[in-house]
Amino acid sequence: MTEPVLRIEALQKNFGAVRATDDVTLDIVPGELHAIIGPNGAGKTTLISQISGLLAPDAGTIRFAGTDVTHLPVHARAALGIARSFQITSILPRFSALENVALAVQARSGTSFRFFGRAASEPELNEPARAALAETGLAARADVLAAHLSHGERRALELAIALAMQPKLLLLDEPMAGTSHEETERLIALLQRLKGRFPIVLVEHDMTAVFALADRISVLIYGRILASGAPEVVRADKDVVTAYLGEEME
Amino acid sequence: MSTSLLIVQILNGLQLGVLLFLIAAGLTLVFGVMDFINLAHGVQYMLGAYLAVMFYSLTGSFLAALILALLATLAFGLLLEFVVFRHLYDRDHLDQVIATFGVILFLNQGVKFVWGAAPLSLPIPEFFSGSVVLMPGLLYPVWRLVIIGSGFAVALILYLLVSRTRVGMLVRAGATNAAMVSALGVNIRRLFMIVFGFGTMLAGFAGIMIAPILSVEPGMGDTILILAFVVIVIGGIGSIRGALIAALLIGLVDTLGRSFAVDLLRLFMAPSPARTVGPAIASMLIYLLMAVVLYIRPSGLFPAKGR
Amino acid sequence: MAALPKRLSTGDAIAITVFAVLAIFPLLAKFGTEGYLLALVTRVMIFAIAAIALDLIVGFGALVSFGHAAFVGLGAYAVGILASHGITDALVALPAALLVSALFAFVTGLVCLRTKGVYFIMITLAFGQMAFFTASSLAPYGGDDGLTVRMRDTVAGLPLLRSDGALYYVAFVCLLATFALCRALIVSRFGRVFRGARENPMRLAAIGFDVFRYQLAAYVIAGALAGMSGFLLANATNFVSPAYMSWQRSGELIIMVVLGGMGTLYGAIIGAAAFLFAEEWLSELTEHWKMIFGPLLIIVVVFARGGLIGLVFGRGRHD
Repeated sequence: MTEPVLRIEALQKNFGAVRATDDVTLDIVPGELHAIIGPNGAGKTTLISQISGLLAPDAGTIRFAGTDVTHLPVHARAALGIARSFQITSILPRFSALENVALAVQARSGTSFRFFGRAASEPELNEPARAALAETGLAARADVLAAHLSHGERRALELAIALAMQPKLLLLDEPMAGTSHEETERLIALLQRLKGRFPIVLVEHDMTAVFALADRISVLIYGRILASGAPEVVRADKDVVTAYLGEEME
Repeated sequence: MSTSLLIVQILNGLQLGVLLFLIAAGLTLVFGVMDFINLAHGVQYMLGAYLAVMFYSLTGSFLAALILALLATLAFGLLLEFVVFRHLYDRDHLDQVIATFGVILFLNQGVKFVWGAAPLSLPIPEFFSGSVVLMPGLLYPVWRLVIIGSGFAVALILYLLVSRTRVGMLVRAGATNAAMVSALGVNIRRLFMIVFGFGTMLAGFAGIMIAPILSVEPGMGDTILILAFVVIVIGGIGSIRGALIAALLIGLVDTLGRSFAVDLLRLFMAPSPARTVGPAIASMLIYLLMAVVLYIRPSGLFPAKGR
Repeated sequence: MAALPKRLSTGDAIAITVFAVLAIFPLLAKFGTEGYLLALVTRVMIFAIAAIALDLIVGFGALVSFGHAAFVGLGAYAVGILASHGITDALVALPAALLVSALFAFVTGLVCLRTKGVYFIMITLAFGQMAFFTASSLAPYGGDDGLTVRMRDTVAGLPLLRSDGALYYVAFVCLLATFALCRALIVSRFGRVFRGARENPMRLAAIGFDVFRYQLAAYVIAGALAGMSGFLLANATNFVSPAYMSWQRSGELIIMVVLGGMGTLYGAIIGAAAFLFAEEWLSELTEHWKMIFGPLLIIVVVFARGGLIGLVFGRGRHD
C-alpha cells in the first residue's frame, strides 16, 4: 500500500452560512492523475486554494509527504514542492516569458538574497527555464513579454512556471478554461507526457480531457465528495449521473 | 487630577473628535467611492474659516457669514474638482498625492497673498458666548458645547441620509464596489459630485465653527488633515461609522493623552524625565494607536470593502 | 522594465551624462557665483541620494513611503547628537547614521509592510510624524529650534570635509555609489524578486518566495541610504532640525522622484535638481513662489506622465 503524497482529512471551510468545503477526505497517491469534477460553485477552487495555502480551512488537516501543512503559508508549501496553476491566469505581465519561468527556477537554486550579478544572464537559471518552456511549446516565445502572449499561451506559461518548480505535487485549476480546441489537444498531450512524473490534481470541466487523463476521479458537489474512484466506476455511479454527469455525458 | 479637570478634558476631546469627524467624513467617502486621495481636503477646512472671517467683516452677522461661507466653500470645492481633481481619478495614488500636494502649496500661499500671514480671528456669536456651569466649580465654554452638539447633529443627519435615502444607499454601494454600481447603470460621476460637494461643505463647516476659538492662519489645514487621514485609516476607508468612532477615539486619546501624559508618567519615573518624555509621547500617541490598529487589522476597523 | 538590454541604452547615456556634468561642475562654476552654486548643487546631490533610495522602493517596488524624510533626519541627528557630545569623526558618525536609519527602517518596516496601498502610505507617514515629534521634544538637542553643528566631521582626525569643494566631491562619490548600488540591486536576483513582487505578489508566493522578507530588506537598504544623505546634509548645512523629518519634506522627496521620472534611478537625480533649482529660481521672482510651483506640479502630474525624462525622451522603458 503506497503512502499517499497528499492526505486531506475532514476538511471544512465555511463562508458565512455557505459550506464551501464540507468534511472532505481525500488521498492522492504517488504518480496518479486525480481529477476533481463538479458543477460550478461546488467548491473546487476553494479546495485547491486550501491545499496550496491561499485559504486556511476552518477544520481538518492536510498532510503532504508526511508533513502537516495545514497552517503553513503559501510560499512555504511551494518550497516543499506544491505547485499550482491559477484559474485566472496569474503571471508577471511586464516580465518576459523566460523571466517568468526563470524566477521559478531561481526559487529553488540557492539564495535570492544576492545583490550583485545579473540574474537575467545566469545560465543556471535560464537553461532549466528554456527547457520548461520547450515542454509546454513556448520555446519560440521565450523573449516575448508575458503581457503580449495570447490567452492560450499564458495558460501554457503558467504550466511552464509550475514545471520549473520541479513539483512534487501539481495542482491544476481548470487549465483548459477558455482555450481553443487545438490548445486543449496540446495540453492533453502534455499532461499525458507528464503523467507519472509526479502526482497531479486536475480540476476541470472538460469531460473529454478528464476521462482521457484521469487515473481516479472525485466528484465534488456542494462541497462534499459524492463519489471517488476509477473513471468507469464514477461514470456508472447513479448518484453522480443524476447530480452532475447526466447533462455532460450526452 | 481632579474630576472637573477630567470632565473638561473629556469634553475637549469630544470637541476635537467631532471636528475630526466632520473633516474625515468627506475624506473617507471620497476615498471610498472614487479611490481618490485628496490631500487638499485640509484646505477646504482652512478656506471655510477664512471665508467666514471675510463674510463676517462684510455682514457683521455670524449666521450670514456661516451660510455665505458654506456656499462659497462648496462653490470653490466644485471648482477645484472641475479644474484639477477630475483629471486624476484614473491615475494612481502617487500622482493624486503629488497633485493635491500642489493644491495645498498653492492655496496655503494663496491665503497669505490675499489675507496676509498674520493670524485672523472671528468673535464668538453673542448668544453663545460665555461659559455655562456644568457642575459646581466647573465652567465650560458654551461655544464648545455648540460645536459638540452640531457635530453630533451632523453625524445623525449623515446617518439618516446614508441609511434611509436612495442616494445614501448608492453612496454606500459605491464605497463598497464602485465598478459594480457603475456597471448597474448609475451615473457614478454625478454620484461622486454629490459626495464630494457634501464632503467639502462638511470640512468648510468645521472650519467655520472652529474659527471663533482657533486662530485662522495659513497652513491650519495641514495638521488637521493628517489627523483626519489617521482617523479614516483607523476607522476603515469608506465607512462613516468607522470615521465617527475613530474620530471620537482619536479626539479623546489625543486630548487626554496630552493633559495627563506627564502625570501618568510621574507614577513610573521622576518628575524631570517625565516632563521631557511626556509631551513627546503625547504627540506620538495617536500614531502609535494607528500603528497598533493597522498591525492587528491591516485594513482598519470597519472598512467598507471588507477585509 | 523587464528584459534589461545589454547594449548602451538611452537610460545609460542619460546617467553617464548626468554624472559627467556633476563631476566637472565645480570647475565650470568657478566662473560664476561659485560658493553659492556649489553649495546648491551639493544640496542637490545630497537630496538626490535620498531620492534614489526612495525611487528604489517606490519605482521598483510600488512601496510608496510618505515618511522617507525621517531616515534623512535620523542620519542628520546622529551627526548632531554625536557632535554635541564631542564626537566629530565621520568614521563614527557615518556608520552611526547608517545604523540608526537602518534600525528604524527595520522596526517600522515590520509593521508597515503588513499593509498595502493607501494604508502603507498612511502608516509610513505616521512613523515619520513620530520621528518628527520625538526630535521636536528633544530639548537637550535643540528641540523645535534644531541644533547647530559647529564644525564638519573630520575623517580620522583630518579636516577632509572642511572645504566646500571637498564636501562636494565626497557627496559626489556617495551619490555615484548609491546609484551604482541600486542599479546593481535592480538587476540582481534580489532585485528580480523585489520587482516581481510589485507585479504579482501572489504569484511570487506560489513559486516559493516569502515576499515580506525581500520587501523588508529593500526598505532597510532604502532607509540606510537616506540616512547617509542625512549625514551629508548635517555636514553641509552645519545644522540639524526636526524640519528635516517633516511630512512636507517626505512629500518633496516623492515629488523629486516622480518629477524626474519614476523607476529610472537617474530620474531621481534630475528630479532633485529640477525641484531645488525651481525652488531657488522661483523664490527669487516672488515671495509667493509657491503659488506658481503648486500649479506647476499639478500640470506636470496631469500632462507629463513619466516625469521630465518621459517628457524629453518619450514614454516607454528607459533602461
